Amino acid sequence: MSFMPYVSPDQLMKDRSEYAHKGIARGRSVIGMEYADGLLFIAENPSATLHKISEIYDRIAFAGVGKYSEFEDLRIAGIRLADLRGYSYGREDVKARDLANAYSQSLSMIFTQQMKPYEVEILVGEVDGDASGTALYHVLFDGSVTDEHGYVAIGGHAEDLTEALKERYQEGWDLASAARAAAAALGAPDGREIDADNVEAGVLDRTRSQRRKFHRLGDDEVARILSSS
Amino acid sequence: MTDPLGPPASGAPFGANPSFVDLLRQARPDAIPPTIPAAAVTSDLSVPHGTTVLGLKYADGVIMAGDRRATAGYTVADPKMRKVFAADDYSAIAIAGAAGQAIEVVKLFQLELEHYEKITGDRLSLEGKANRLAQMIRSNFPMALQGLVVVPLFGGFDQGRAEGRIFFYDATGGRWEEDDYQTTGSGGQPAKNSLKKRWRAGLMREEALRVAVEALVDAAEDDVATGGPDPARRIFPNVMVVTTSGAEDVAEPEVAAAVDAVIQERA
Repeated sequence: MSFMPYVSPDQLMKDRSEYAHKGIARGRSVIGMEYADGLLFIAENPSATLHKISEIYDRIAFAGVGKYSEFEDLRIAGIRLADLRGYSYGREDVKARDLANAYSQSLSMIFTQQMKPYEVEILVGEVDGDASGTALYHVLFDGSVTDEHGYVAIGGHAEDLTEALKERYQEGWDLASAARAAAAALGAPDGREIDADNVEAGVLDRTRSQRRKFHRLGDDEVARILSSS
Repeated sequence: MTDPLGPPASGAPFGANPSFVDLLRQARPDAIPPTIPAAAVTSDLSVPHGTTVLGLKYADGVIMAGDRRATAGYTVADPKMRKVFAADDYSAIAIAGAAGQAIEVVKLFQLELEHYEKITGDRLSLEGKANRLAQMIRSNFPMALQGLVVVPLFGGFDQGRAEGRIFFYDATGGRWEEDDYQTTGSGGQPAKNSLKKRWRAGLMREEALRVAVEALVDAAEDDVATGGPDPARRIFPNVMVVTTSGAEDVAEPEVAAAVDAVIQERA
């Protein structure tokens, strides 16, 4: 029979938390921001196909930072939950809050029970009706959830980015202003400008006539928006 | 024997399954229709049936059209049923057969395509969509033996080949690609006879719409289960076009004009 050496829960949680933090700090960041027509997600991402930002459901989008395999796992789980719920009940019954709760439960379970915690932070955003229906949830690796307003940055340089955005952010920006400010903030911590080719962006645009409000901005669109002034 | 593509020794499935139907079967087995042995069921169940639908190629892509009647035995169950649906942005599905069953197939198929697109980040190819639909119809075969047949037509715009394509299915999930036009449902034969005389390659949109409507009018004349256009009550066929810019409904006034032209010609 083997004996586990005693480790105090305090120490255990501290170690895991530190481990997750380190993993997340290595990766790049994502910014989620409210703008006039909905929500903008923007990230520095050299890959054009391995996305950090994606669609979950008609009015819900997802963004993740940290370890790709782990947030990809969560993204797929989210799509499955949303599609099953929308099939079982109705499409309008799929809500970002339920999804954020599910992520929170599952990440909290992983954090306390698995060998290693997930090294991820995610955002779940939703638009509905008018501006008052916009929701943006931030879920951490240990399952804690916060409801964000205006803007939020997650990932490696989250604190610096939040600082940079604090000075700039204005409510009711149009898409181009919001995207330019967010792209500038992404480069601010290292004092560089991010190449438009390396910017990944997606919006939940409540003014779209289609049922699916998520729209991934193409390279051309991003370049056009960032170069306009 | 081990799956040559499986992960090394872990036993877990390899890769994320992008199929919604498989997910549903696993998470909500009660939501999938039960497979009752055919012998155990007497099939004089009187459920609504959708009747005549057709698809044809034209210059810009494909047109899919259907009449509006659903019948249960000798009763008109619904005079305004919709039988032509967008499956996703670039394809459309038209259904004939047991209405409840068929609408469920459409709903599942739409979700299947959307789910695949979201999970993988890519749209299925038209070929892939047509194959997936065949598998879904095949899994309905036990119900077909009980009289709940679902036979769809599937049409879409193939971006790779830059042309419209039409696929025809039978109750067993058999799948054929059509070169020009196809019909299915109880009024399918008269509609096909009509198309045979009127259809030719490279029709323009207006002509193609008229050919489609005329075939439905012919079907309604020869088949009691097919509902003809009814201008007095504003009941017109549902028509969709799928072109390089996507799948869209043909607006009612345009269909009404085509119906008018056909009726005028016969007056």
